[in-house]
Amino acid sequence: MKTTTQLAGRLCSAAFALTPALLLPAWAQVGDLPGGPGVNQLNLTDPASAIAADIEWLHWVMLAICAVIFVAVFGVMFYSILKHRKSVGAKPANFHDSVKVEIAWTIVPFLIVIAMGAMATRTVVAQKDTSNADLTIKITGYQWKWGYDYLMGEGEGISFMSRLDPAHRLAADSGNPPDKNDYLLRVDNPLVVPVGKKVRIITTANDVIHAWAVPAFGVRQDAIPGFVRDNWFRADRTGDFFGQCVELCGREHAFMPIHVRVVTADEYTAWVRARQAEMQAVADDPARTWQLAELIQRGQQVYNANCMACHRADGKGAGPIKPLDGSQIVLGDVGPNLAILLQGAAGGAMPAFRQLSDVELAAVMTYTKNSWGNATGRAVQPAEVTAARR
Amino acid sequence: MSAVLDHHAGHDHAHEHPRGWRRWVFATNHKDIGTMYLLFSFTMLMVGGVLALGIRAELFQPGLQYVNPEMFNQLTTMHGLIMVFGAIMPAFVGFANWMVPLQIGASDMAFARMNNFSFWLLVPAAIILVGSFFMPGGAPATGWTMYAPLSLQMGPSMDAAIFALHILGASSIMGAINIIVTILNMRAPGMTLMKMPIFCWTWLITAYLLIAVMPVLAGAITMTLTDRHFGTAFFNPAGGGDPVLFQHIFWFFGHPEVYIMILPAFGIISAIVPAFARKRLFGYASMVYATASIAILSFIVWAHHMYTTGMPVTGQLFFMYATMLIAVPTGVKIFNWIATMWRGSMTFETPMLWAIGFIFVFTMGGFTGLILAMAPITQQLHDTYYVVAHFHYVLVAGSLFALFAGYYYWAPKWTGVMYSELRGKIHFWGSMIFFNITFFPMHFLGLAGMPRRYVDYPMQFADFNAIASVGSLGFGLMQVYFFFWVVLPMMRGQGERAPARPWEGAQGLEWELPSPAPHHTFETPPKLDATATRVVG
Repeated sequence: MKTTTQLAGRLCSAAFALTPALLLPAWAQVGDLPGGPGVNQLNLTDPASAIAADIEWLHWVMLAICAVIFVAVFGVMFYSILKHRKSVGAKPANFHDSVKVEIAWTIVPFLIVIAMGAMATRTVVAQKDTSNADLTIKITGYQWKWGYDYLMGEGEGISFMSRLDPAHRLAADSGNPPDKNDYLLRVDNPLVVPVGKKVRIITTANDVIHAWAVPAFGVRQDAIPGFVRDNWFRADRTGDFFGQCVELCGREHAFMPIHVRVVTADEYTAWVRARQAEMQAVADDPARTWQLAELIQRGQQVYNANCMACHRADGKGAGPIKPLDGSQIVLGDVGPNLAILLQGAAGGAMPAFRQLSDVELAAVMTYTKNSWGNATGRAVQPAEVTAARR
Repeated sequence: MSAVLDHHAGHDHAHEHPRGWRRWVFATNHKDIGTMYLLFSFTMLMVGGVLALGIRAELFQPGLQYVNPEMFNQLTTMHGLIMVFGAIMPAFVGFANWMVPLQIGASDMAFARMNNFSFWLLVPAAIILVGSFFMPGGAPATGWTMYAPLSLQMGPSMDAAIFALHILGASSIMGAINIIVTILNMRAPGMTLMKMPIFCWTWLITAYLLIAVMPVLAGAITMTLTDRHFGTAFFNPAGGGDPVLFQHIFWFFGHPEVYIMILPAFGIISAIVPAFARKRLFGYASMVYATASIAILSFIVWAHHMYTTGMPVTGQLFFMYATMLIAVPTGVKIFNWIATMWRGSMTFETPMLWAIGFIFVFTMGGFTGLILAMAPITQQLHDTYYVVAHFHYVLVAGSLFALFAGYYYWAPKWTGVMYSELRGKIHFWGSMIFFNITFFPMHFLGLAGMPRRYVDYPMQFADFNAIASVGSLGFGLMQVYFFFWVVLPMMRGQGERAPARPWEGAQGLEWELPSPAPHHTFETPPKLDATATRVVG
């Protein structure tokens, strides 16, 4: 026969299990992202590298030591609060110093701190050792995207930009983004690396300080303009792993995620071959004459990926961001328009886009000259951009 | 006893004592100036608090609902600058002004007119700083740390903020000089340095820190200014400069700065715990040495804010070891406070609640600081919400709680009336609970990888952000409650008359004076007993 207590116990367990589902708002019913954040995650991300595993272990040890000290110290304090109070008749003692005690509670914490430092030293040295890498990738922080250049090792010469999916950026603006477990983490071109290989990353930046981090790998490195820094990681399993920019870099700091896809050695080789083939294909021949329609179509892709976040899909900008729809600069000659794209404007508030190709720049100018209320009919040829750059 | 009392009570006209607005604008009285500092800092606390509520409102849910990303970055920057330079630092100066002369038996600060200047400089500086929101391009949006080269991209408000910081720095330096000269020269006969109240010791040491590092900040922001406008390239890589140089200079100021914000808090706690335990502070000398050690060590740890900038391994290790070392004297202080409580005879009026709350929550902040000190762990936690949690635990639950503790402890002396114990307890428990609701979840967010200074975030972080936002609203409302239901009544003289020594166990020369303390006190140096805590003759 079930006792009331047993029944109550079962009800409590059921309520406890159901509570998250019942009490959490809709946007919290998104799921964990493997390789990325988990819903209401309490601890460090599951390690996918030996360094991350080391860090996780170090953190547990530190937590344990701090917990022990916490319990000891506050056990004593709360005991004192209970027992040494006037309302239970405690009378104050007279002691007010003791050299022996002071020495003891200086030396013991000192030893604990030395032990902690010793534990961490091994990992610091390991984190800094970027020698004998299998693959070297340069990572450049831009306002507001990442550029990856494979410098040495298999895949050398591959180069691309990695940007937040524009749909996510629009969803943010809407104020009510749909539940996606990779919200603000999806990019167009993830960084692809082979599993089990030591990847040395060289970080730098194009404009201001950014920082590249992937919690699953336990790697984090500032990307400093004008300087190169290095770090490394070795992914110990395949999968998708995510991170975000971790140094305030301006307006879209929250919108330049990092996605590393770790694949098997064979998959990596196949990816490298495909990528190299793409680059060799002369799809983007800047010397030929392009049609207006194909420039506009290509230009819209470039616009969505690079310009829409600030100038908006309708070209109207907002606040200090100038509208392109009806803009004298856009409607006028190519020269001033191109100068802004190559050099930036407003002290860097409008970043420079000289890293875009001649085709991309010509296409986006053509798009803006022929969209919304602008109807110039003007096709800007990539060759014009090539000439202007010289 | 009569030698102590104000000879001139009722004879104010003999000094042509200014009345009305002149009393305040031309104030040279340390009590008046202290009051002005405290009112100013509370106003700044409210302004900074509103900005924080703006931040938390936007972060309540994923997506952008209320502010655009530039505005959000302005909110975070100004929240930090206003709280650090407008709220916390001036509040401690206010306490110094009120209490240091009283505690050492001096008639006033050494440089009474410079004291006036130090205060009044704050007002235009605050107006310029807060006014920067209304400049073209809005307020600076670099974070309170103003890293280059992002600072070089900012509009004219960056220059306004630099100007305001210069003024604030000048005010602090002058205040520090005043405090050092006052403490070293104007102690009543018989009060040796090692008999001086610990609050004065902590302020003496803090004043040296201020003089040492405020000029360094001035240097960093001036170099930013010249990079922005006068063609230099200290930090601008396009001109051959080094952005990391800014970080070194800034944090050489920045780390001692956080100790500037906590050492006076330690002093306040060291006054309150013995009073309510009815037992002398345990290990006075040790506390002085520990405070001095913390101050000296604070100069050699700055690069623990820069662990991910790419230091060589030796640098990383040195700064890690040095930073962890600071835990030792800080731990000593905590143990000494608990030893003061041990076998005391405690009562738990509001000041003691705040002091015990401080010890509890500040220590938690200390633990997260120790964890962050470990360079490998920082590789996961730098620039995440774990750091935000850490520094709010030590600055809010640390410095701010100590300021509240000191307010409840000394305000009867300032105003002549007691606060309502019930209201004080409501303020304490409300603040304690809402503070933890706001900032505890941020540890989890940081461990899970949520970066700082983010206007929007992946969905998985939503719940803890929502909890933090709700907590922040409660915490803010508690401080409004404090002002209207505790401070204002006391300022109006509403409440039970406060005796000279409202706290049975309180020691110190301030308790030898009537409540409220007369406008002029200790005009002739008092004769002191052997412990330098009582006036004799």
